[in-house]
Amino acid sequence: MGDERHYEICVEVNGVARQARVPARKTLVDLLREDLELTGSHVGCEHGVCGACSVLFDGEPMRACLVFAVQADGHKVTTIEGLCRPDGSMGVLQDSFCESHGLQCGYCTPGMLIAAQGLLQRRPDPSEDEIRDAIGGNLCRCTGYQQIVEAIQLAARRAGAGER
Amino acid sequence: MKPAAFEYERARTLAGAVARLATHGSDAKLIAGGQSLVPMMAMRLLRPTLLVDIRELDELKLIRIDADADTVRVGACVRQSEALEHAALGEAVPLLAKALRWVGHVQTRNRGTVGGSVVHADPCAELPLVVRVLDAQLEACAASGSSLIAAREFFTGPLSTALAPEACLAAIHFPRWREGACGCAFEELSIRHGDFAIVAAAAQLALDAGGRCTRVVLGVGGAGPTPLALERAAAGLVGTRLEDAAIDATAEQASRDVEPGDDQHASADYRRDLVRVLSIRVLRAARSEARGQSQPGGA
Repeated sequence: MGDERHYEICVEVNGVARQARVPARKTLVDLLREDLELTGSHVGCEHGVCGACSVLFDGEPMRACLVFAVQADGHKVTTIEGLCRPDGSMGVLQDSFCESHGLQCGYCTPGMLIAAQGLLQRRPDPSEDEIRDAIGGNLCRCTGYQQIVEAIQLAARRAGAGER
Repeated sequence: MKPAAFEYERARTLAGAVARLATHGSDAKLIAGGQSLVPMMAMRLLRPTLLVDIRELDELKLIRIDADADTVRVGACVRQSEALEHAALGEAVPLLAKALRWVGHVQTRNRGTVGGSVVHADPCAELPLVVRVLDAQLEACAASGSSLIAAREFFTGPLSTALAPEACLAAIHFPRWREGACGCAFEELSIRHGDFAIVAAAAQLALDAGGRCTRVVLGVGGAGPTPLALERAAAGLVGTRLEDAAIDATAEQASRDVEPGDDQHASADYRRDLVRVLSIRVLRAARSEARGQSQPGGA
């Protein structure tokens, strides 16, 4: 494997241009975690079922285990680390998950937050059906989903009231 | 769950991509959205040595809807989420929009392409069923030239198509139904929404001014090695007023005309019964929609 070809890529991650040298088979989520040390994105199933690795790719939620890092060259990626406030404290959406007990073990949480962020960007005041549809591709084995739905509803209300 | 090593090239033109396939040979693969291909590589069911990325080719991302044309041309790399949100496409090919709601999840539709799902040709998948039931034309592009393949010839088995290994699906030409009173419906049963269907059914029909059915197509997925158009069963509805009894008889015929298999999700008998039940549902729903259009104020 020593002679496996590597590719120079540049990906804008959370607003910062990041360079890396990767083999073509490295997935985007492995680039984020292993090369860029952004371990907030979780690796669950590695074949596009669980949603734990979701990131915003050019602003839209996608599965980072189903994108090769070389394909992200020249694109913009936002990870869970990019959802916090500039001072590093949690944003409204993250805080709402804490307030509403929208997580237990936390494994699915980054993917849930990304899915919710993608939804709220498009639909600031989503219906419960829209919320359930938006997180339909993310598996949670702890919460039963109800508190996650409530957390996203809370975040929408808080953002609607002007909280940032 | 890591793919085997491969080399990667981003295509600049469609012609360049198919030329590369021709020179590299059959262990090269095209990648667009990758939402079916990458899992297969992760499980090492596929080990291409070269991936040619066509995702960013603008020439494959066009949706062309001409007012006078009999078909709508959807570029193979149009993302599923874009197709779903495209109002004019939803109006011209409403069955496609109805089926797209069942395809995967937000995250996979944001990256997965219409053409990718079609060439993956999973017999349970929604888009191959729509392509088959409408008998769309598949535009294949190879170094030797372009050709059109009818959907009835395209799906040859599970995950198998008539597309040559060195060819690229460039676009899908969906027929437009011009009748005044048309209706269509898509239904499926899956274990969780967004999963592949155990059985899916699609129907589209047209009524004349007197409420008689002039044209109808019915198809099912998950009940055979390919998506199936149930032409014999549907033919019995032409000329009827789509009474419940006629629809029930058609659905019975449909369930007799399929030969589903058993697997861990469902027995063959259960699938056969689903073909009957879902056929009734889609035919009734399509009928209601068509009557609503022909009789303003509701049927």
